[in-house]
Amino acid sequence: MVQPLTYFKESASQTAGPYVHIGCTPNFSGITGVYPEDLGSGSLVNDKTRGERITIRGFVYDGVGTPLKDALIEIWQADADGFYNSPSETRGKGDPNFFGWARQPGDMATGEFAFETIKPGKVPFRDGRLMAPHVNFWIVARGINLGLNTRMYFSDEEEANAADPILSRIEHRVRVPTLIGKRDGAVVTFNIYLQGENETIFFDI
Amino acid sequence: MKNMPPETTPFFARDRAWHPPAFTPGYKTSVLRSPQRALISLEGTKSEITGPVFGHNILGEFDNDLIVNYAKPGEMAIGERILVHGRVLDERGVGIPGALVEFWQANAGGRYRHKKETYLAPLDPNFGGFGRAITDENGGYFFKTIKPGPYPWPNGVNDWRPAHIHFSVFGHGFAQRLITQMYFEGDPMVWICPIVKTIPDENAIKGLIAALDMQNTIPHDMRAYKFDIILRGRRSTFFENRKEGN
Repeated sequence: MVQPLTYFKESASQTAGPYVHIGCTPNFSGITGVYPEDLGSGSLVNDKTRGERITIRGFVYDGVGTPLKDALIEIWQADADGFYNSPSETRGKGDPNFFGWARQPGDMATGEFAFETIKPGKVPFRDGRLMAPHVNFWIVARGINLGLNTRMYFSDEEEANAADPILSRIEHRVRVPTLIGKRDGAVVTFNIYLQGENETIFFDI
Repeated sequence: MKNMPPETTPFFARDRAWHPPAFTPGYKTSVLRSPQRALISLEGTKSEITGPVFGHNILGEFDNDLIVNYAKPGEMAIGERILVHGRVLDERGVGIPGALVEFWQANAGGRYRHKKETYLAPLDPNFGGFGRAITDENGGYFFKTIKPGPYPWPNGVNDWRPAHIHFSVFGHGFAQRLITQMYFEGDPMVWICPIVKTIPDENAIKGLIAALDMQNTIPHDMRAYKFDIILRGRRSTFFENRKEGN
């Protein structure tokens, strides 16, 4: 006999289902008058936010290339100096004018999502090396049984991407571009492929 | 919890044999929406162990009362009145204060208030079907609602969802983010549902079934169901003198 380890198990995930928007973005789904606005729905940027303004746009595609029109996408990112606006950020204080978290539904007609935000700074990896600027993504939808985690890096950060501790250890180099948002001026395009030849790299975080 | 410093350690690894796998052909929509390649493992960095904090200022007075939050003045939603309460804990059994919990559900007839919903059961003009709460210092939350009805859905020709309430939960780190569903004690529909059956472990399913809680029932008003939600635990801080950078 040994002493029992008294840990609980994490609650099992279940799909967000087709009506996730009722709960998470009710105004978007047409149910107004309960919440003044959908949480995380506005721009992440105000006049005082530090950093370079960007818009992240993209689609989430299924295994036959059809864009999902019922996905919900959340992002979480550091501020322009690489600090997260979170109590667990102990290296310094995040920009008080940058919340760092947002969520958007894909457009009901086209499936496209868009986030108005800033380009994040570099955040250190566990060993102190700097990770290249990246935005953390979480994707849920009908048919997705457990939320999917990925990251978007930036195409204009070739040098930092090459030194990134996570990107550089990915064995199948041909898949690395699935994590790179393509920058064109202030717009960064990041398409997510759930399945197929270009399947996006998803992380077990 | 107020006097505790913020935790900065990575989370316990997620037990992916406990959660439903991505590809579950009994739930047809998962077939084309399931990644087929191995996930790349990533031990928690700052990007995963941090997360947003939501203040009570986002909450409206009736956000946790679905019986009235969409109803016309003086009216109420129709259905079996219930109180749903419980705690948000982590795998260590530690209550998680300040966690945002969002919930949504069908009405008493099994109908959602949604443009794409086509079930013939009627809408309840006084029921929106969603709400939210932020956990107290012990991780506790509660809301009032009506018991949702079961409903048919297009999967197999005769598939039905058991009565359920959807939950979206934020912990303290983005890696704790979780969406799940709550089922009701004693409902035979739970065990024949293709979405429930995506979960491979029977005990994991039982962990999503709320118990009828007569101790917290409000006499002459509403019955209570207790539903605890467990989020990933955090590793202990054994080495506080570790060099900064993690």
